[in-house]
Amino acid sequence: MAEQTTHYYVPSQSHWPIVGAIGLLFIAIGAGMAVQQLGSEAQSGGWLLTIGVVIIIAMMFGWFNDVIKESDQGLYSAQMDRSFRQGMSWFIFSEVMFFAAFFGALFYIRTIAIPWLGGASNNQMTGQVLWPEFEAVWPLVTTPSGDTTTAMGWQGLPLINTVILLTSSVTLHFAHIGLEKNNRKQLTSFLAITVVLGVIFMLLQAQEYVEAYRHMGLTLSSGVYGNTFFLLTGFHGLHVTIGTLMLFVMLWRVIKGHFSPDRHFAFQASSWYWHFVDVVWLGLFFFVYIL
Amino acid sequence: MNTATTTPEQHGAEHHDHKPKGLMRWVLTTNHKDIGSLYLGFSFLMFLIGGAMAMVIRAELYQPGLQIVEPNFFNQMTTVHGLIMVFGAVMPAFTGLANWLIPMMIGAPDMALPRMNNWSFWILPMAFSILLASLFMEGGGPNFGWTFYAPLSTTYSPDSTALFVFAVHIMGISSILGAINVVVTIVNMRAPGMTYMKMPLFVWTWLITAFLLIAVMPVLAATVTMVLTDKYFGTSFFAAAGGGDPVLFQHIFWFFGHPEVYIMILPSFGIISAIIPTFSRKKLFGYSSMVYATASIALLSFLVWAHHMFTTGMPVAAELFFMYCTMLISVPTGVKVFNWVATMWRGSLTFEVPMLFAIAFIVLFTIGGFSGLMLAITPVDFQYHDTYFVVAHFHYVLVTGAIFSIMAAAYYWLPKWTGHMYHEGLGKLHFWASLISVNILFFPMHFLGLAGMPRRVPDYALQFADFNQLVSIGGFAFGLSQLIFLVVVIKCARGGKPAPAKPWEGAEGLEWEMPSPAPYHSHTTPPIVK
Amino acid sequence: MHKLISVAVLSAMSFLATASGGSPFNLTTGVTDISHRVYDLHMTILYICIAIGVVVFGVMFYAIIKHRKSKGATAAQFHESTKVEIIWTIIPFVILVTMAIPATSTLIEMEDNSQSDITIKITASQWKWHYQYFEHDFGFFSLLSTPSEQISNQAQKSENYLLEVDKPLVIPTGKKVRFLITADDVIHSWWVPAFAVKQDANPGFINEAWTRVNEPGIYRGQCAELCGKNHGFMPIVVKVLPQNEYDAWLKEQLAQVEVAKQAETKALASTLTYEESMTLGKQVYLARCAMCHQPNGQGIPGAFPPIKNSPMALNDKQAHIDIVLHGKAGTAMQAFSNQLTAKEIATVITYERNAWGNDTKDVIQVSEIINREVK
Ligand code: HEA
Ligand code: HEA
Ligand code: HEC
Ligand code: CUA
Ligand SMILES: [Cu+2]
Repeated sequence: MAEQTTHYYVPSQSHWPIVGAIGLLFIAIGAGMAVQQLGSEAQSGGWLLTIGVVIIIAMMFGWFNDVIKESDQGLYSAQMDRSFRQGMSWFIFSEVMFFAAFFGALFYIRTIAIPWLGGASNNQMTGQVLWPEFEAVWPLVTTPSGDTTTAMGWQGLPLINTVILLTSSVTLHFAHIGLEKNNRKQLTSFLAITVVLGVIFMLLQAQEYVEAYRHMGLTLSSGVYGNTFFLLTGFHGLHVTIGTLMLFVMLWRVIKGHFSPDRHFAFQASSWYWHFVDVVWLGLFFFVYIL
Repeated sequence: MNTATTTPEQHGAEHHDHKPKGLMRWVLTTNHKDIGSLYLGFSFLMFLIGGAMAMVIRAELYQPGLQIVEPNFFNQMTTVHGLIMVFGAVMPAFTGLANWLIPMMIGAPDMALPRMNNWSFWILPMAFSILLASLFMEGGGPNFGWTFYAPLSTTYSPDSTALFVFAVHIMGISSILGAINVVVTIVNMRAPGMTYMKMPLFVWTWLITAFLLIAVMPVLAATVTMVLTDKYFGTSFFAAAGGGDPVLFQHIFWFFGHPEVYIMILPSFGIISAIIPTFSRKKLFGYSSMVYATASIALLSFLVWAHHMFTTGMPVAAELFFMYCTMLISVPTGVKVFNWVATMWRGSLTFEVPMLFAIAFIVLFTIGGFSGLMLAITPVDFQYHDTYFVVAHFHYVLVTGAIFSIMAAAYYWLPKWTGHMYHEGLGKLHFWASLISVNILFFPMHFLGLAGMPRRVPDYALQFADFNQLVSIGGFAFGLSQLIFLVVVIKCARGGKPAPAKPWEGAEGLEWEMPSPAPYHSHTTPPIVK
Repeated sequence: MHKLISVAVLSAMSFLATASGGSPFNLTTGVTDISHRVYDLHMTILYICIAIGVVVFGVMFYAIIKHRKSKGATAAQFHESTKVEIIWTIIPFVILVTMAIPATSTLIEMEDNSQSDITIKITASQWKWHYQYFEHDFGFFSLLSTPSEQISNQAQKSENYLLEVDKPLVIPTGKKVRFLITADDVIHSWWVPAFAVKQDANPGFINEAWTRVNEPGIYRGQCAELCGKNHGFMPIVVKVLPQNEYDAWLKEQLAQVEVAKQAETKALASTLTYEESMTLGKQVYLARCAMCHQPNGQGIPGAFPPIKNSPMALNDKQAHIDIVLHGKAGTAMQAFSNQLTAKEIATVITYERNAWGNDTKDVIQVSEIINREVK
């Protein structure tokens, strides 16, 4: 229930949303064309995409800058702050559903599609007639059409990465406590550590990909094992990248002296996002690597 | 304006007080009413474009044989007609209504996140320009049905598929942002005293719709992403050779798709629940059961998706599960219908245009619901599936359901929006013309389907000729009837009898306590709701 | 008024009830036990819905007529009653349960594919059906046989316009025939209304369905899943014969397979002339290739490449033979090596290399189709 406020604040007009819409137009057309132009000489799509991304980044800076300014002028009420927080939580919920769809695909493939290809359930004839050689196992290292690959173990890099991400969640939490207790030193140092851990995670993940492509014959197109592996870890990696960037911006703002113990929506949002990314990783580690 | 303003707040208010003029007003606006109007205008434009495509379909199907379009283009028309009507006409119309009405109804000054509101609108024209432009590319636009089943949409699709995918992506961003805005507005911006169980049903139904949107639009985004990687990056999510399954596509799509169809009907329920009591001059019967029924429909909608896939070869246990769950949805939906009838019972009824559309909605939507129930019966769905019986079902729930409710809403709130009464005579003409033609258009489709005409075909066997001709004539008549609506709206916006604050005797709600037209800013100070 | 409506509804009901078989208004009763049960289920549920509709709308229209303001009605005050709300939650629920029971038993019977007498593997591809008699080494393709002049309105449409094929599936009466349904490219769906069988043909998977037909006759259906451009031109015709006629038919077919094999070897040794090749090649092209590459050889830009002036058809003979034999994986271009005879393949390639101004003067000989995998 909205608490008693005497007056509402309605933000003034802004040109950033329309800039953002145009940015998305460029991204959609650019990405679409770039994908169609894969393997050809043409590069117009890539350029349009780049322009779109630049516009969106500019928009984010501009937009948030306006918001920060307005907030600094004390224009925002506690109610606005709640709106932002709730908005962010719902956005994260939508991201959860996005990952849920990919996890759903993974579960379906493992528990239904592959056994059926091997002749389970009401698909005996599928196995017998269409794929007599096929063996239904997971990880699927040999596809029904006979392509082979190797599975990624969970020991080694993935395990290290798990530790790194978990640690980063803890350090971020300490940074937050520092902020709330107005201990700027604790805030800055722990936030910096978190950013570094994020970067290390990404580097290791890149390393793992290189390993997979160079030495293991595990690629995005290695049947459903490779598909689910790279799509899930890839989208997670993308989110880590975004999260790290967000935290990096927060670090920069912290160093500039922004945020106070009771007003730090942006920091809070980035930290929620980071914890969310962390939880997704745990799911990944469990369902993609270990099981 | 409130006099007790503190200086910082004045800043924001000032900016808004004088309405900016010209094009930039619309491009930059953060005002919920402006954005609402933009959504509604855009939606009507899309309705005309999608309708024009339907006219191409109906013209081709007027007679057996191939007359005016070639089969591949026909498929593009079917596909883009479905996509535009669903994502371009119905959903934005509801978002437009939400924008206009929710802040007024809950006593808020505006939506919670006004700039994001502007952004979510302006993404839409971008997305649909891309979609429409792809029709003119070499190889044509999307031709795989609005359901874009793999592998027709992957390995065998036209080159433009990547554009389709990214257009759907940004359209999804728009819907998600719009829905977040609605949820946050409702949860956080209600005036003091406006408890959840005092909210008008339109607000309630939209709250639940918004939840559905945030839950399933990301799933759609994931689906198109897998289509993209399957087509262009060598993955095989939907190809058996790599260990995937084309039916996986359908599971994910319909996990989105079925809640999606309720996204297109729940706000209608809210609208009808506002109009029926007004013109019955009697309080809505069973308010709280309406709320619970809506919530149950939304929850059940996550458990029924595979009723679109009965013929895909699921094991019998799964078929039974989905059949039972689907049938169950009739119960809460029935509660709604009964409540509306009970509201009318022993009321004091009058029949202005909004009421006419609302009554037509109840009858015709229920007919669509009945055919839905028939489709839910798995063994019989084997006969109905992918025939015109299904086409008849969903046009009853979508056209005489969703679209009729939107028309009803437009007539109901036009006086509040424009400050003028619409032309009652023209409105009645629009209603009767629509009512008659829409039934000539869609009712015979039941017979066509039962007699065995498959959907998505550009040509058909001779025994279907007579009904198809009738259906097409109904279609042209229904299309032309909508031009009357255009005239009514334009006339009403430009002038007409001035509307009082509460033009309908029996109306209740905060929006009717404001002057007509509603002031540019809704509630600058929160009203107190008792 | 509501009396009038119920009269109208009742007469509609009786009309629907009497309608059977090929009614233009209603579902077919079909020719199998299952199809009859499905029909009965359909009618039962329809009647229940109509009955509910009559009650609900009857009440509503009564209110509309009696409780109007113009008749001086004043609004009552009630707006809640837990009792009636519970009643109208439970009654529909009970109705649903009574519907679910026969639906469940019918469904379970439909899905029981065991103990069949004959098995036929049905493979769909753009835009034709292939029927393989599983117990015999024998199968054939079945394609739309309506001439394109009828479709383009240049000729009178025949009685079974769009519902006729060159070679129908043949099955016997009274036997449980099991279908193994799959596809080579996209999803199709095999549907014969008179059998109440509709089952998707998913590439890479086999779905099962079955039928036991009581009456001999010719039954027609269509592909029921959007499968691309010619989805509307993919009919199914099933000829159901009494057992003895079926046996005779099967015997004759098996004999013909032998004859065809011999013709094949003979063709290998013979030499094709240009004229002969072009005539036969044109026939094959129009029947099998023109739906994609178009009769004028120009294809559909962006979807199907032109053969006219295609570098492959003008120069690279080996590649040309290869693509026709083996198709191109991941595109709509399918392998024709076991869809056409070697002679047909040779002549269609000759035709493509010489028609529409391609004029290479190449004449492909059957012996050049050596790579052909004999099935
Ligand atoms: C607004 C959109 C909307 C709505 C509200 C519905 C509502 C329902 N739909 Fe529909 N449906 C679609 C849009 C919608 N549908 C679309 C677009 C498709 C096709 C997609 C495609 O393939 O392109 C489709 C397809 C579709 C199918 C798949 C058919 C097929 O492809 O084979 C099925 C099957 O179960 C189905 C069932 C139902 C049911 C049971 C309801 C129920 O919610 C209806 C409940 C309502 C009532 C039953 C009436 C009122 C109730 C009473 C008066 C109470 C008493 C009644 C009884 C006890 C019987 N729908
Ligand atoms: C809310 C959604 C919605 C709405 C409003 C409509 C509205 C209409 N639809 Fe809809 N339709 C779908 C959603 C919708 N449809 C979907 C989801 C599909 C499935 C697609 C698929 O299979 O993938 C479909 C498929 C579909 C088919 C089946 C196509 C096929 O299977 O091949 C047909 C065929 O008749 C059809 C007809 C119509 C008609 C005549 C209207 C009319 O109501 C439209 C009336 C409106 C106008 C005509 C515009 C206004 C007037 C003018 C622009 C003036 C010009 C007028 C004239 C020239 C007469 N639609
Ligand atoms: C279902 C559609 C379809 C049918 C039927 C079809 N083709 Fe094709 N064909 C294609 C497609 C699609 C390609 C393009 C493949 C690619 O992407 O390279 C193609 C390519 C070709 C090419 C190569 C053209 C070039 O210049 O690269 C030849 C030759 C060809 N087909 C011959 C035939 C012949 C002969 C037949 C009939 C016996 C036939 N096709 C039937 C879809 C079809
Ligand atoms: Cu094959 Cu439709
Ligand atoms: Cu559904």
